[in-house]
Amino acid sequence: MSTATTTPTRRRAPVTSTGIVFIVLALTIVAGAILTAMAGRNFFSPGNISAILTGTSILGFIAIGQTLVILAGSLDLSVPYVTSLTSLVAGVIMAGQTSNIVLGVVVALGVSALIGLANGLVVTLLDVHGFIATLGMGLILAGYLATNYKGSAGSAPRDFRLIGATNIGPVPVSTLIMLGCAVLVILLLRRTRIGHHLYAVGGNREVARMSGLHTTTPVVMAHVLCSVLAGMAGLLLLARLSVGSPTIGAQGGYDLMSIAAVVLGGTVLAGGKGNILGTLGGVAIFAVMDNVMGVMEVNPFLKDVVRGVVIIAAVAVYARRTAGRPPRFGRQSLGDAALQEAR
Amino acid sequence: MRRKMLTAPLAAVAALAMLAACSTDDSLDDPATSESAEDPAGEEPAEGGEDEGEEPAEDGSSDDWFDQAVYDTQYEQRTATFEGDPNAPHLQYIDGPMTDTSEFASEGAKKVCFSNASISNPWRQTGWITMNEQLKVLQESGVISEMETRDAQDDDNTQIADIDYFINEGNCDAFVISPSSTAALTPAVERACDTGLPVVVFDRGVETDCATTFIHPIGGFAWGIDTAEFLVDNLEEGDKVVALRILPGVDVLEHRWAAAEKIFSENGIEAVDYFTGADPTEIKKIISDELAKGDVQGVWMDAGDGAVAAIEAFEDAGVDYPVMTGEDEMSFLRKWEETGLTGLAPVYSNFQWRTPLLAVEKIFAGEEIPTEWVLPQTPITEAERADFLAANEGMPDGHYAKFGGEDLPGYPQVWQERVIP
Amino acid sequence: MSTGTTTVDRAPGLLAERQGSPLQRLARTLGTPGGAVFILCGVLLAAVVAANPNFGEPGSLIRFIGRTAPIAIAAMGQYFVIVSGEFDLSMGSVVTMQVVISGNLIGQDESRILPVMLLMVALGILVGLVNGLATTLLRVPSFIVTLGTMLALSGLVLYLTGGAATGNPVDSFRQIGRGGIRDVPVVDIIPYPAIILVALAVGAVLLMRRPYGRTLIAAGDNPEATHLAGAPVWWVKTRAFILSSLAATVAGIILVGYAGVHPSVGRGYEFTAITAVVLGGVVLGGGRGWVLSAAAGAFALELLFTLLNFLGVASTWRDTVQGVIIILAVAAAGKAWRAGLRPRRRDPATTAQSPGSPAGATTPHTPGSPAGETTGPTPPVQGTTTGEN
Repeated sequence: MSTATTTPTRRRAPVTSTGIVFIVLALTIVAGAILTAMAGRNFFSPGNISAILTGTSILGFIAIGQTLVILAGSLDLSVPYVTSLTSLVAGVIMAGQTSNIVLGVVVALGVSALIGLANGLVVTLLDVHGFIATLGMGLILAGYLATNYKGSAGSAPRDFRLIGATNIGPVPVSTLIMLGCAVLVILLLRRTRIGHHLYAVGGNREVARMSGLHTTTPVVMAHVLCSVLAGMAGLLLLARLSVGSPTIGAQGGYDLMSIAAVVLGGTVLAGGKGNILGTLGGVAIFAVMDNVMGVMEVNPFLKDVVRGVVIIAAVAVYARRTAGRPPRFGRQSLGDAALQEAR
Repeated sequence: MRRKMLTAPLAAVAALAMLAACSTDDSLDDPATSESAEDPAGEEPAEGGEDEGEEPAEDGSSDDWFDQAVYDTQYEQRTATFEGDPNAPHLQYIDGPMTDTSEFASEGAKKVCFSNASISNPWRQTGWITMNEQLKVLQESGVISEMETRDAQDDDNTQIADIDYFINEGNCDAFVISPSSTAALTPAVERACDTGLPVVVFDRGVETDCATTFIHPIGGFAWGIDTAEFLVDNLEEGDKVVALRILPGVDVLEHRWAAAEKIFSENGIEAVDYFTGADPTEIKKIISDELAKGDVQGVWMDAGDGAVAAIEAFEDAGVDYPVMTGEDEMSFLRKWEETGLTGLAPVYSNFQWRTPLLAVEKIFAGEEIPTEWVLPQTPITEAERADFLAANEGMPDGHYAKFGGEDLPGYPQVWQERVIP
Repeated sequence: MSTGTTTVDRAPGLLAERQGSPLQRLARTLGTPGGAVFILCGVLLAAVVAANPNFGEPGSLIRFIGRTAPIAIAAMGQYFVIVSGEFDLSMGSVVTMQVVISGNLIGQDESRILPVMLLMVALGILVGLVNGLATTLLRVPSFIVTLGTMLALSGLVLYLTGGAATGNPVDSFRQIGRGGIRDVPVVDIIPYPAIILVALAVGAVLLMRRPYGRTLIAAGDNPEATHLAGAPVWWVKTRAFILSSLAATVAGIILVGYAGVHPSVGRGYEFTAITAVVLGGVVLGGGRGWVLSAAAGAFALELLFTLLNFLGVASTWRDTVQGVIIILAVAAAGKAWRAGLRPRRRDPATTAQSPGSPAGATTPHTPGSPAGETTGPTPPVQGTTTGEN
């Protein structure tokens, strides 16, 4: 990240937005290490590192997907329900049999992709705001879950559960998978045409359309990938819980927390600007914060207060830094948009 | 161009799936990296059966919470004889298999690690206050050095992480776990058991009997039986009961309704159920709509939160009070007395929050304790109501009458001021 | 500039209003999303009455208006924020906070009612001020600011009150939400919440007709242009947040009377209010919509829930029905804004302002487009409102 912070840019800001995110993360870690030490613990012990990384994996999956959707100028509030649904679908199909793992994974991700497709089509073809489209989809799924699954169902076979329970050194396999997904999505954004188009459409849909881009496809793709990543989170939760659960997504509050993590990571909520690396930083900030508050045995009600204040304060710091920049839509070209992931 | 657009996401999806598969293989090829204790227990989860009162009989019982065997067991347990001093109900238990804890007998103050599901409702808050007062007593007597608590804020995944954190980093001498859900927490509780340290599970159960003791009141079916039989006794055949339920899918709550629904249908009571999220606004709207539809003779609740709103809906509509079952929450007891309606206050014994730490004391003393520690669960009837109101005078509305902490040092100020640690 | 344009635009709008017979004017208004919600209300009401004729009695209806008042008031508050192009997610937490404060601080002491109510209003203003200033001056997106205040407020209230367990406030205070003027002919009782709702609705309509209301819509439509025109956008938007928090405060005062103190009172209110506003045809991203349509959206939503109750739809399916209806209603409204309104106008700016792109709020496009005008209060619909409710 030091490279990111020192790379000279054409703009006035000496530190990039992602740079700020990681400076905040570093400060959080330093403060966390001190506070943990004061509680008589070692912040950097393998067990603690593992706990923090585990804390990043689920929210990480969802936040990566949420980043795509937000970059495209939309939102996804249906992710918790997609997560719950995939954990149930995969769990019921697997039914404890190793031979069913592949089928379970494929069907679960297929279902989530379909949900994402529906979200994307409602947003693009029916022109419904992403907030409402996915709020509605979330409600639809919530009703389906409550009606059809009265409590946990299904069972993950042992081999599948290993994904959630295996560590390589202090690094959980689940975190590695999450990081793998992040790399793929970064490649998608930086190296493919559709990734560049995603930035363009999110930055200004009308300009993108008049520049001859097909504005529907990137938005639909972002929604599909977001749902698939939420589905991945559901599969990981299935591995960790060993059963599918109709409430597991809502329990984590992943809709709002993922959006918060994305914005904490420097992505502009209105779309068109931001990157995955920053989102990972945002997720890590949350994970470190939760870990430290856990070690300090902070009253659970106060935890929410701290989270709320940190979200506002951190984003305010970031927003102040970038406030002096030229207007977003002033002279943005497609090339500019493509470069943003790099910044 | 269009083709490329479509293939990009597909390729990404395929790659993600591949990656997931590869990593699984990696971990299997490299067993040294995975501590064997962390394996989520290869054996099948123990079947529920009679000994696990609080859970569905089999994995994935998605469509039916009713279990005749558990129902019958709890039906009997309501009238069973409890061992121990009736003045200390939190230490009473039904005679049954005992766990020999002599291997844990040792001197000195111990560190307890408590993984709590949440303190997100008044019942859990009251219990949590009581537990901390009990802790102070045990700390003074040198049994417990400290209790480290992690609160999962109602998230299964967080609670699993909390338990793993305790196993790896906690330096714990004993685990106390109040699971946020039954099936999902089973592997984590098994990992805690695998450490060889004593594990005390209370409130909701898990699908394993590896814990040193599992502490709980009789259970959800008993609640359903007590309440539904009361309503059946006080209503006529064909009368209508509105059932106000908090959430779907929570086993302790689903069992209450499963038993009640069965009894209602067997006795010709028409029952309609609603989910309210314990929000009194919802409750009041639901009752108002039901009263607009027609007469309602009874109200059944799976938890007492918001009972007052239900009663007020009858007042505002200007109709007779229903026959009603609430809970031993003070707001309901007070409103019940004030209105004089025919009612019953079922109890999901809040004093169970004292028992886990006292169980830890017994474990380190090497005393044998019940493997499944079934605590009394007796509803408060109209005849007993005045006593409980007097004993809990000055307590806030969200306090539970059978909190069982009258002999603890902080009584009554700590509960009155409701200081949440 | 934008304000100027809006005013100029208003003239042809007014003319349009005056063209044709009252019936034609009414039909034209009902064709807009802001008007269609009244039709939706009417249809739902008819369906509810068909499902349960008792509901059609004046006494039942007035009680229904009374109990829907808090969410309708919250929706009107949320309207100010949404029409200015922002979100207020902290609304539910403000409701909970006010409910708990009234329970804990008023208690059984009548003499404390007035000072505590003043405190609640002051806190409401403070929360709105914080939300507004963080959004406008610190430039944090309002979605994030209000998400933060939502978490912080509810956590703080629960922490300070030990889970909000203390009992209900004194009955005389609860009468605001529970009582009414009794022994009225025909309807038997006029609930105070219904009266408060009508008063606030009139106030809101008057406010939106004043320069402030126009600037607010302009600020949501095109903040850059509004700023260039010399309007203090930051203060205009901050006042919208204050109005939203105050609306939540009023809703809280009513709810503590209607339902009583419980930490779950107000939970999810922000999403219900936003849904109601959007059902009322108000466009997320700002610049479009009528304040009474937001209130009507709340009534439509509550009528829908009531209908589902009366039809005996399994309680677990209700979320699904609600989800489908929201999506369909907004999709239909979006089509109406674009197509139905001005069949001959096809300038690209109209599509740029589509609900699909929240960024659209900042896109340069024709300020004060005619759509903004049709949202202006028109007498015929006001008449319809009272008739339907």
